[in-house]
Amino acid sequence: MAQTLALSPAELALRLGDDALILSHRLCEWCGRAPTLEVDLALSNIGLDLLGQAQFFLNYAGELDGNGRDADKLAYHREEHEFKNSLLAEQPNGDFARTMVRQFFFSAWQLLRFQELAASPDGTLAAIAAKALKEIAYHVQFAAEWVVRLGDGTAESKRRVAEGVIWSWRFVDELFTGEDAALRPAWEARVQATLAQAGLELPAPVRGITGGREGRHSEHLGHLLAEMQYVQRCHPNAQW
Amino acid sequence: MYTVDYSKPQEPRLAEAEDGARLAAFDARVAADDFIEPKDWMPEAYRKTLIRQISQHAHSEVVGMLPEGNWLTRAPSLRRKAILLAKIQDEGGHGLYLYSAAETLGVTREELIEALHAGRAKYSTIFNYPTITWADIGAIGWLVDGAAIMNQVALQRTSYGPYARAMVRICKEESFHQRQGYEAMMVLANGTAAQQRMAQDALNRWWWPSLMMFGPPDDSSPNSAQSIRWRIKRETNDELRQRFIDATVPQAEALGLSIPDPELKWNEATQHYDFGPIDWEEFYAVVRGEGPTAKDRLQARIDAWEDNAWVREAALAHAEKQATKQAA
Repeated sequence: MAQTLALSPAELALRLGDDALILSHRLCEWCGRAPTLEVDLALSNIGLDLLGQAQFFLNYAGELDGNGRDADKLAYHREEHEFKNSLLAEQPNGDFARTMVRQFFFSAWQLLRFQELAASPDGTLAAIAAKALKEIAYHVQFAAEWVVRLGDGTAESKRRVAEGVIWSWRFVDELFTGEDAALRPAWEARVQATLAQAGLELPAPVRGITGGREGRHSEHLGHLLAEMQYVQRCHPNAQW
Repeated sequence: MYTVDYSKPQEPRLAEAEDGARLAAFDARVAADDFIEPKDWMPEAYRKTLIRQISQHAHSEVVGMLPEGNWLTRAPSLRRKAILLAKIQDEGGHGLYLYSAAETLGVTREELIEALHAGRAKYSTIFNYPTITWADIGAIGWLVDGAAIMNQVALQRTSYGPYARAMVRICKEESFHQRQGYEAMMVLANGTAAQQRMAQDALNRWWWPSLMMFGPPDDSSPNSAQSIRWRIKRETNDELRQRFIDATVPQAEALGLSIPDPELKWNEATQHYDFGPIDWEEFYAVVRGEGPTAKDRLQARIDAWEDNAWVREAALAHAEKQATKQAA
């Protein structure tokens, strides 16, 4: 609990809100293009859950920062360096295997993070987390099942999911910086168990790439924001 | 979303060899408004017509995800984005129930998808037009879902049970989409000058294609008469089109938008709106696959299917391994 509050509630709400906003946007990019109709619907479900979380967190972040900004203002009228999402969340979808690994790593982290947050003395953050936990449990399960299916499936799917693990692994350190470091053993245990079922191993430690939490992002975020913010930026005073 | 029958009439006398007594009993059940169920005997031509119509409907739902998906990543507010994502998800869900309804007639989803990708199956002409501004998303909800509802309300009483039941659920969701679309248009129509222009431009582009969604006029609709006898269809294309126009014109007026038809006017004698001629040449061109985005839509579906074939193969291979393990 003390760990949760090492960051100010405003900063925490912004980080968690941006994670959800950006990853939800990535999942929107799959819409109409998934391997099956069932998967398409599932990705939309996860995207909708995350978008809902983003709205709660960002509205609260806006409320706390006292400049009269709501979630929309924060989503559509900030520049890249003002976004505090993790680098993992903004990674391009790649193929379906890479998307599933990204989701599994992220959701497994989010589950642990939100379990802690649900016990936070900040009543609003605790309530958002408690509501989101039910959703996240499903996201973890969905993504883990696909990691296993792909790892165990064919030679090609195994190769692709292994590449997905390597792709995302570089961004794991960032999830466990600062007060979140204590969550890492539980996360690794969960991930290792699923990877083992998938016939894969936990990769060796790498030099982690960080910076998202401080607003130093990959090249990818700018393109995402250009697309996401375009209509709002063209019509700055319009209501939608 | 929905579809009309775009195909050529069936070859005659498919039912010839079939038992006359069973046929008479079938006709009597249909005439008495009984639902026909999957295990019931049915004429082969009835089955084929249904497979064609239900699969066209399913394909329309799935292809229809693409023009709306085109604006998902550019939706102008988080609320609009969530509404749009949920709407597209509903369309995908409709596709699923409809493929399942078609499967009760003895085809597989894979066969139906293969027919779509090979260009043998059709989907609604409306999805072969581009969505070029955000207002198109409002216009699609208002007009396209509005037109779909006109047709689908009638289909809730279609003679084939699984199709009728799928329609009941679909209609509830479509009517919600229609209201959301209208509400989005209302915000634009009451917004800035640029938003108003966007809204009017969207209406200008979507009006005629929406009227075409009801299919060719009754005097050149090859399958209508038989479908109405079988109670697969309950009302004709022209009746449904007129009802849509009568309902929609006052909605446009309430928005302060003008319908792009100089001949549109209320006819006191018929108690309906008269309207100008529909460009059927354009309709048939779009049916033939010459719509502005036809190639893009089909290619997007084919790419999604083929690029991800390895995922489906992996899922199958995993399931087989699991089954073998359990058997051992």
